[in-house]
Amino acid sequence: MNVTIIRFPGTNCDLDTANAVKKVLGIVPKIISCKEDKIPKSDLIIIPGGFSYGDYLRSGAIAAREPIMDDLELRANQGVYIIGICNGFQILTERKLLQGSLLKNSSLKFISKSVELKINRNDTFFTSKYQTDEVVNIPIAHHDGNFFADQDTLDSIEDNNQVALRYLNPINGSLNNIAGLYNKNLNILGLMPHPERAVDLKTGTNDGSRIFESALNFYST
Amino acid sequence: MRAIVYIRLKTEVLDPQGQAIESALKNLGENNINNIRQGKLIEMDIEAKNIQEAEEKIEKITKSLLANTVIEEYSIEIS
Repeated sequence: MNVTIIRFPGTNCDLDTANAVKKVLGIVPKIISCKEDKIPKSDLIIIPGGFSYGDYLRSGAIAAREPIMDDLELRANQGVYIIGICNGFQILTERKLLQGSLLKNSSLKFISKSVELKINRNDTFFTSKYQTDEVVNIPIAHHDGNFFADQDTLDSIEDNNQVALRYLNPINGSLNNIAGLYNKNLNILGLMPHPERAVDLKTGTNDGSRIFESALNFYST
Repeated sequence: MRAIVYIRLKTEVLDPQGQAIESALKNLGENNINNIRQGKLIEMDIEAKNIQEAEEKIEKITKSLLANTVIEEYSIEIS
């Protein structure tokens, strides 16, 4: 299984994400710069968290228009699996690969803490190692995580069962407590929580490991 | 030509920054100012044959980058 991590100027979770992939899957991922022409052949592409381009204009807005994102979009349309974590989620919504948008937290606070999340469904590439409705603990660390979509879009997201996970308790103003979202084809996952920071009990929780294990499970069965 | 793009959050989108400014004004004793909304203004020089061509170009770049029409609306001024 080939895993690629894309790094933009201002990305700061690339090494944590690479360590998590290595620890959980025993695979050394490739970290590439967004200035590369092409993404190498990959079974899973991860856009990690951080503050790409200093959050200028809007979080993720500049990164979403990098030329490498044309290649990412091509892979997405071919069905390659993609995860966007935190700023990666914002980049995917700015690129319109995921619906909606992430606004400033309603409290205006940067929130950095472990939160309880409910897994909405376990029949996807990313969640087969969880139970449906299972409550897990994964940290969040963001200022712009307040999920917004117009009513029609929100209705279609719910009708198509595209929610990946929800905050158990309202935390940042997200509509329907959405913390993570799939595209319609279920090959793209964007989430505000940081699973790469939850792969070792020494840091409080390893509930994030199973996102990576689920991916490996898909390729080994 | 000089173009100005005004970008605002759509009215149905919550604006916590506007609310925070309003609350600071109340702390300063300004109690008659309400419903503050914060937006942004982006200005630029543009070369074009005429106003119409400039407007079309600015509209295009606003839709593709300057504004996120999921949450924002915009207006364009050219002089």
